[in-house]
Amino acid sequence: MTLWIGLLGASLGCYLLKLAGLSLPQRVLDAPFARRAGVLLPVALLAALVAIQTFTNGQRLTVDARAAGLAAAVVALALRAPFLVVVITAAAVTAGLRALA
Amino acid sequence: MARLTPDRRRIIRDAVGVGLAVGAYGLSFGALATAAGLSVLQACALSLLLFSGGSQFAYVGAIASGGGPIAAVVSAVLLGSRNSLYGLRLAPLLRVRGARRLAAAQLTIDESAAMAVAQDTPPRSRLAFWATGTSVFVFWNLATLAGAVGAQSISDPKVLGLDAAVGAAFLALVAPRLREAGAPTVFVVGALVALGLSPVLGYGLPVLLAAVAAVTVGWRVGRDVREPELEEAR
Repeated sequence: MTLWIGLLGASLGCYLLKLAGLSLPQRVLDAPFARRAGVLLPVALLAALVAIQTFTNGQRLTVDARAAGLAAAVVALALRAPFLVVVITAAAVTAGLRALA
Repeated sequence: MARLTPDRRRIIRDAVGVGLAVGAYGLSFGALATAAGLSVLQACALSLLLFSGGSQFAYVGAIASGGGPIAAVVSAVLLGSRNSLYGLRLAPLLRVRGARRLAAAQLTIDESAAMAVAQDTPPRSRLAFWATGTSVFVFWNLATLAGAVGAQSISDPKVLGLDAAVGAAFLALVAPRLREAGAPTVFVVGALVALGLSPVLGYGLPVLLAAVAAVTVGWRVGRDVREPELEEAR
């Protein structure tokens, strides 16, 4: 149930943000800081999410098979692999290491 | 259909192409969502109602790491804030009111905004926006359903390395943004602050604080780079 409430809350929040952009007067968010934050905020958030998703286990910092998966994803991205290939590569390397361990 | 000039046909073809490409993300989103413990219905509801890839991955990532629903909502909404800026750029091109504005808002995402602002006239921008938004919406939702149903039979997502795939998905989403001035610094600061705080604060708060810290640092770094450019533009 909480999963549904969270899901609807996140959807509503994201929808209102989209609508705000189309509805607010141009000047409100057109300040240089808002533009800059709009570019950098996704980078900061995604960086934090990559780090936490890969190097934590509960509240402990860990380096395990997921790190190897992420390294494989970096290589795939450097080779300009499409999204699905990047994701599958990371999963396959991690699963392979776990199978060997 | 005299309206379908070669230009307009090209825009529609591009829109379908973008929709198909984004479908690949939708496939992995559906799979990762069910692996994280969401039902097929919940995965599909996110794609229908939230409809913004980064936010959806953030939501599912938080749930998968045991971050709880509040952390999930905060990460999703923060990542969705960039859609406001797209809306601001699109508003003068689309000039939509009433029900059409409500529909346009839901379709305001990375791809539709990018395709719309890339056109050279407002009518082409409008066509590109609606065609790309609709095409991505259709393929994204179909792919989510397919991915969610496909992954449902997997008993332990760790055996297939699906927990590592979430991190890789975030990395793939951020990679094209690292070319922006100051972005690599912001990336490193964001990752380090999040890791430094997570042993103390768990999942949700470190992500939020990392974002604040990184944007503050990036704002200073970027300002030095940007200012001469702005002077010239004047």
